[in-house]
Amino acid sequence: MNTEILVNLAYIGSSILFIVGLKMLGSPDTARRGNLLSSSGMLLAVLITLLDQNIIDYRYIAGGLLAGSIVGYFAATKVKMTSMPEMVAIFNGFGGIASLLVGSAEFISGVFDNPAFLGAIFLTVLIGGVTFTGSIIAYGKLSEVISGKPYLYKGQQFVNGLLLLAIVIIGINMLFIQGFISSEQTLILLIALAFILGVLFVIPIGGADMPVVIALLNSFSGLAACAAGFVILNNVLIVAGALVGASGLILTNIMCKAMNRSLANVLFSGFGAAPDASDDAAQEQGEVKPISAEDAYLILEAATSVLIVPGYGMAVAQAQHTVRELGELLEENGTEVKYAIHPVAGRMPGHMNVLLAEANVSYDVLVEPEDVNPIMDTVDVCMVIGANDVVNPDAKENEGSPIYGMPIIEVDNSKTVFVLKRSMASGFAGIQNPLFFKSNTRMLFGDAKETVSTLVSEFKG
Amino acid sequence: MESQIILLVFILVLSIFLGVELITKVPSTLHTPLMSGANAISGITLVGAILSSGSSDLMTILLGTAAVFFASINVVGGYLVTNRMLGMFKKK
Repeated sequence: MNTEILVNLAYIGSSILFIVGLKMLGSPDTARRGNLLSSSGMLLAVLITLLDQNIIDYRYIAGGLLAGSIVGYFAATKVKMTSMPEMVAIFNGFGGIASLLVGSAEFISGVFDNPAFLGAIFLTVLIGGVTFTGSIIAYGKLSEVISGKPYLYKGQQFVNGLLLLAIVIIGINMLFIQGFISSEQTLILLIALAFILGVLFVIPIGGADMPVVIALLNSFSGLAACAAGFVILNNVLIVAGALVGASGLILTNIMCKAMNRSLANVLFSGFGAAPDASDDAAQEQGEVKPISAEDAYLILEAATSVLIVPGYGMAVAQAQHTVRELGELLEENGTEVKYAIHPVAGRMPGHMNVLLAEANVSYDVLVEPEDVNPIMDTVDVCMVIGANDVVNPDAKENEGSPIYGMPIIEVDNSKTVFVLKRSMASGFAGIQNPLFFKSNTRMLFGDAKETVSTLVSEFKG
Repeated sequence: MESQIILLVFILVLSIFLGVELITKVPSTLHTPLMSGANAISGITLVGAILSSGSSDLMTILLGTAAVFFASINVVGGYLVTNRMLGMFKKK
């Protein structure tokens, strides 16, 4: 059997392992094995590629593999679960730049004159570049190195239009004209434009919309790999890249639906740039009713069902372990405890689930809004911990609200709502929350972790 | 050459449909591991990077080796962190 057939058979094997692995990621019981299968598919693809007869020198490959693996290993084992969104963002970026480099290397080696190949190189470099700088900006926003606020300026649409036009011209030059400027200059210009586009694409998007952006960049990193597959005519790149591209797009769609907004609205509206609700509106809503942790304890102690609604604030306060402890104490006290998780709570899809899993909360007590909303009036106490926009009744009641129509967790329908909050500041979307002024709402001001700790010690004492 | 490209486009289209079918069934609890796991798969570009890195032209080698470096971070880091996360998902 010649090597080419062997290599291709191995690539089919890899593709099968990726597909079965992804399928097994669909259930918590099999997910870990699925990930293992998927990684063995990758190992197989890499090992068989090393057999390629065109490889002349293995030293550089070995060096790159070793250095990258070491960096990847330490990044993956040291990262805190709360920092997972920025970690995934930066990994996306690395995938993007790798595809860009592969496309560039193939272009430089200059063996292609077919417009189809050149088109594939163009797309690889473009998507890879946008993914790279877009992910860097997303990383910056998520880790709060740069402000999470949407950054808008005058003439933004015009600048973006100009940029796109320049990219199209470069593309035409690269594919059909050639020689107008040298091919190296064309490539460098394309890379520069792709980088700028990536920055301009993410910078106007606010921190609360980051789940959508990460999902989209995830999709892009797959599409870049897919385009690279067309450059080197390799089917495993195309299959794997397309799977990732599809997965990212579906997650993007789920996130948009969970906010009742279109993708275009998320990307271009600069949502949350200006605080929407005026002060007058806030004043009309009445007074907030604070409650002490001691009094809250008495109510919790008498409750038969408690629903915990975590949000990004819980992650910031690192309160997930204390929350789990409180949940266990409540259960020992005979109270039914569930956790309601909104799809866009946190900074990436499924962010809250991972934090609670880290704190040893069993995944079968985590429920979704559509499961819990119909039975909300039977819930004695809802504890909103660091969530804000996802429990905002304006989404149902106020047609003028920017989040009107967004599916929420309807905590205001429960008998009592405790809102754990640092201060009266508005949420990430920058809008007022009338939940705080409802007659059945009590505010537990202070650091979420300290407040929950006080409740825990009340239960123990 | 054209027939080969058509075949690859064919594979692409089928893979996208397959991906949509697979991912739609993933519950929201697993969305973060799904993303980081999928992200690791996108590191498949490593295959292309290895081929470039092993070529004879110096510029291609340099670009390819940089690509190998970034793609390995993506692959190794992505799979390990997904494994770490999934290890935390427990049922009582």
